Amino acid sequence: FRLPVAMAAERSAAEMRERVVLGEFGVRNVHTTDFPGNYPGYDDAWDPRRFEEEFRVDVVREEDGVLEFDMVGIDAAVANAFRRILLAEVPTMAVEKVFVYNNTSIVQDEILAHRLGLVPIRADPRLFEYRNQGDEEGTEIDTLQFQLKIKCSRNPQAARESSDPNELYFNHKVYSKHMTWVPLGNQADLFPDADFRPVHDDILIALLRPGQEIDVLMHCVKGVGKDHAKFSPVATASYRLLPDITLLQPVEDEAAETLQKCFSPGVIEIQNVKGKKVARVANARLDTFSREVFRHEGLKNLVRLARVRNHYIFSVESTGILPPDVLVTEAIKILMGKCQRFLNELDTVPME
Amino acid sequence: VQADGTDGNCVTFVLHDEDHTLGNSLRYMVMKNPDVEFCGYCITHPSESKINFRIQTRGSLPAVEPFRKGLNDLMGVCQHVLDTFEVRLLPEELRGLF
Repeated sequence: FRLPVAMAAERSAAEMRERVVLGEFGVRNVHTTDFPGNYPGYDDAWDPRRFEEEFRVDVVREEDGVLEFDMVGIDAAVANAFRRILLAEVPTMAVEKVFVYNNTSIVQDEILAHRLGLVPIRADPRLFEYRNQGDEEGTEIDTLQFQLKIKCSRNPQAARESSDPNELYFNHKVYSKHMTWVPLGNQADLFPDADFRPVHDDILIALLRPGQEIDVLMHCVKGVGKDHAKFSPVATASYRLLPDITLLQPVEDEAAETLQKCFSPGVIEIQNVKGKKVARVANARLDTFSREVFRHEGLKNLVRLARVRNHYIFSVESTGILPPDVLVTEAIKILMGKCQRFLNELDTVPME
Repeated sequence: VQADGTDGNCVTFVLHDEDHTLGNSLRYMVMKNPDVEFCGYCITHPSESKINFRIQTRGSLPAVEPFRKGLNDLMGVCQHVLDTFEVRLLPEELRGLF
């Protein structure tokens, strides 16, 4: 026999631990509180076996450079660490130095260099090293060289009255497909089959008119997003928590119809029970939580909007340099590398 | 890594070239340790990339121990996440092997 008060306290403690509740004007239970000693009756000390039992990863969708997967049983701090590493600390190759031999186009040198830096280069960064500090020349182990040499000329065969630039001029649009790889040193032997080029061929870099030309040499180096956003390997990487919608009381008829419109399509479905229309939560995962339901006085107390605290729905979209699953594995390895670095320092540096 | 404090129980580690990425996740792992009375981190100034990571232990355990255990636990978590993730990416047939 349990006192109702004790049961209510248990339920609210469980709720505080497992759910982040979205109220009308604010969000409650945001912070992680399941540390040892906070809750009597719960053993919260770190237990690797319990973590391994409860943890799971489900890949939902993997297509076209986008990977959507679920991580269940992990905490916000670690999930956020993975997201931050995906954005800022997974290395890639990008154009860093642009040697301008001739640029008579309308695009200024520095603007052209900036645009070239942002073009994603299809080159596996794991094959290259970081460039040493202060090294100006660049060796074959840390640099990729590209050349962009293009000149615009008038088309003598064009019709007299045409005003379409595609007919009048040759090479008036400079695309990323005009960037060609120039092997340095022994790169031609090291990478005989490799085809280093920009990921997309149709990135417009500059526009030219007859007589204008661009002749530049580019050095690509390995860098991280922390240094400059051009080195970030993801178009974006984000996560959200799994939504959890509970109906506190049965909702029927007209109220059920209104309730269905308050949420994203597919979240609430209406079933016909004994002639009455009853609302049921079909798929809470699809909801984007616009909180429209709080604008209806009659409905706002019938629903509890919450999120499951340890269920993360990650969405990683790659720029095309590396496939997204490789990016996630690299990010996890980078976090391990950071820990290892401090463990090594602890062992080597004497503590006073 | 620099450490200073009054006695072995309360130590502030200064971790260079780190930010919330390692700071928050390490703080979470150290807080899960029942011997730790206090654990927190702060970024001294946003222009400098270093964090002050402070651990205070109950009793007489030297503070380096929870720090080391936290790092090892975090490595264990990463390793398990990596393994689970890689198994999930394999096609159906091979998954039974793990």
